[in-house]
Amino acid sequence: MDTKDKKTIFLVDDDVDYIFQMTKTLESMGFEVISACGQKEAEKKIDEIKPDLAIFDLMMENKDSGFILSHRMKRKHPDIPIIIATALTAETGMIFSLEDKDDKKWIKADAYLEKGLRPDQLYREISKVLKL
Amino acid sequence: MSTLKLLIVDDEPGIRSGAERVLRNFSVGYPFMEEDFTFEILTAETGEKAIELIESKSIDIILLDNKLPGIDGIEVLEYIQKNEYDVGVMMITAYASLDLAIKATNYGVYNFVAKPFKPEELKTSVENITKNLYLKRMTQSMDESGEGNRFQFLSVLSHELKSPINAIEGYLKMMKDKQVGVTIDDYKEMIERSMERIKGMRSLISDLLDLNRIETGHKNRNIQKLDITEIAKTVIDSFEPMALQRNIEISMDGDDDIYLNADKNEIEIILNNLVSNAIKYNRENGKVYISLKKKDTNIYITVEDTGIGMSKEDTELLFQDFVRIKNTQTQSVPGSGLGLSITKKMVELYKGKIEVESTPDVGSRFIVSIPAV
Ligand SMILES: Nc1ncnc2c1ncn2[C@@H]1O[C@H](COP(=O)(O)OP(=O)(O)O)[C@@H](O)[C@H]1O
Repeated sequence: MDTKDKKTIFLVDDDVDYIFQMTKTLESMGFEVISACGQKEAEKKIDEIKPDLAIFDLMMENKDSGFILSHRMKRKHPDIPIIIATALTAETGMIFSLEDKDDKKWIKADAYLEKGLRPDQLYREISKVLKL
Repeated sequence: MSTLKLLIVDDEPGIRSGAERVLRNFSVGYPFMEEDFTFEILTAETGEKAIELIESKSIDIILLDNKLPGIDGIEVLEYIQKNEYDVGVMMITAYASLDLAIKATNYGVYNFVAKPFKPEELKTSVENITKNLYLKRMTQSMDESGEGNRFQFLSVLSHELKSPINAIEGYLKMMKDKQVGVTIDDYKEMIERSMERIKGMRSLISDLLDLNRIETGHKNRNIQKLDITEIAKTVIDSFEPMALQRNIEISMDGDDDIYLNADKNEIEIILNNLVSNAIKYNRENGKVYISLKKKDTNIYITVEDTGIGMSKEDTELLFQDFVRIKNTQTQSVPGSGLGLSITKKMVELYKGKIEVESTPDVGSRFIVSIPAV
């Protein structure tokens, strides 16, 4: 892939090791990665960057951090697709509880991914939202 | 053995009978659950029929096709949500457009299974949705009976235990696949990170033991007259090696003759947590200062550091279970987020108080006051 066509992915998670491993995986697929550790750091970066895709963890500082970030991101760049990656439902059975219907409109993610996908599955999902 | 009512809604007879065959003798077990779940299967070939069954049969789980002859799947979902039925819904679709996926997810759909599906795929999905439903119902009933916190705690705990396992597993996979090189040195950082995560898990486990101590209450306590200064000295000694690694200097002063009727282990836990935080969240060549004072009828234990500090809003959350402040300065510091909540509970066992004053990049001061009765 030509460097100038390299797609940039904005990766946000609160686990440094997950970020490290995902970055390696995504880079090996030919993507450029910008990462942020946690919701707060991500909020700062949202204003500075314009990636081609964002992948947000759901539960970070808040139970619904991923949704909050999606909301911010879509407000700034409505066209950038967002994937929410979470291990939440299957792993802990914790149900995110956005308070009311208005909040639910926030959920503007373009796709939801279970964490721990195999690289080929991950690539397929990313290609789908990036329309590669 | 308890039975869940599972409704299959699809206009293709083959899908209905196929799914029925796969699930008829299927059962789901789970560590949290006392008994396995089996399924009573109902079927509907239209959305209208589905709604009829939902109204009359108290259905638990629905496998729902979107493309139906009359009203479509999304409308069935809408109906379920409007009437607040307590069901878990899974969409079975040949092709889920993003639009459909988002709409369905917003209506609370648990997940999607693509048609045609393999028996195993269906089973896995039904297993997940069953667990999810069970956990959701359990949370609800616990919220009502006031046990919700405990469950919330267990949920977060399992998350906290799984994250390091996932991280370590991820690194091991990278090594197995020789992803970044062929010699062991190429993986030095990964090995170190794995050891860090193991260390974190170990400290989580020891924190859990401390918590257990608080919860099992008075049984094993041994209250006696303690020389707090002496205990603080032993604690400092035990942390010297850790402090040395980053050239941090620990000093202590205060009144002599500070005595407290207390359990030695518990006082050690309080001091251990505060001193280890003061080192962990410090800078290279930093300082930790401990002071022990008696004023009026209170004993004051102050642990001060020259570390990264924290913002006012962060200080307000600090003492809750599992709260860790996440930023670039703290991300590689191992910890469970339980230390301070344990400390607070311990202090409260002695009718004491704990407070914190902190300035980002300057340092923090934790002040424990305990009535010296
Ligand atoms: N002395 C300190 N200086 C700065 N931050 C601190 C200090 N002590 C605790 N913290 C912050 O409070 C959080 C909670 O502390 P604690 O409950 O002891 O859990 P942990 O296991 O994460 O250390 C820590 O993650 C850290 O961000």
